[in-house]
Amino acid sequence: MAISFASAFAGHDKTLEFRSARAAVLANNIANADTPNFKSRDISFDSMLNDASNKLQLAGTNSKHISGEGFSSGSDALLYRNANQPSLDGNNVDMQREQAEYAQNSLQFDTSFMFLDRKISGMKKALTGN
Amino acid sequence: MSLSNIFTISGSAMSAQTVRLNTVASNMANVDSVASSADQTYRARKPVFSQMMNDSMREFGWSNASMDDSGAGVGVKVDGIVESDAPLQPRYEPDHPMANEEGYVFYPNVNPIEEMADMMSASRSFQTNVEIMNSAKSMMQKMLTLGQS
Repeated sequence: MAISFASAFAGHDKTLEFRSARAAVLANNIANADTPNFKSRDISFDSMLNDASNKLQLAGTNSKHISGEGFSSGSDALLYRNANQPSLDGNNVDMQREQAEYAQNSLQFDTSFMFLDRKISGMKKALTGN
Repeated sequence: MSLSNIFTISGSAMSAQTVRLNTVASNMANVDSVASSADQTYRARKPVFSQMMNDSMREFGWSNASMDDSGAGVGVKVDGIVESDAPLQPRYEPDHPMANEEGYVFYPNVNPIEEMADMMSASRSFQTNVEIMNSAKSMMQKMLTLGQS
């Protein structure tokens, strides 16, 4: 049985990518907390998942054909947040909410990181055998 | 890598908030700068923020702005500084050395309470961005230790 990193990591490597991308989007919201007409944005995990599964696949009629992924056909995974409350200058950044989301996001990052770390040390243990 | 983007984003926000603090300092310093005509009087200055996009980042000399994230903004920039058009305060002080022929001196349209509130808002925003940067830094440092334990 071959060791497959993809199945061992169970998608947590992709999750780290997603968490760091989301951290950048949330940091941008917080940076623009005083910018007129700025609308706060967010990436949802669902939209990213849909985006990935809507990718155009290369048609393969023979088992020797190379499989490939095309560009995403769906819309952008980056969405606009529904504001709780409008403001006079058109900015809808809710600072408390953004900070909470950012904290939650970095905790989820830590969770995925710890999972990956344990997976790697488990594999190391299996390789060295002591 | 989008984690290193956070440094550019929060850095741009911190410099924008510093400009805002600077205008507050200038307004508070000139709160009693009188003049004898309306067009020579100091007017309150306010910065105008706008969202920074990827292409304008490179224009501003931020070389490490990433090319990959389309559509998402990459920080905030100061578009310019505008002078407030709130009415000035003419006061009748004939004994004042700056008084004009009718005996009026013009005081700036700076509202000290508004400026203090602006100052608090700017320094809080600055602190928040420092915290964001710190947390991104610890995320990156953690990333470097992956698989070491």
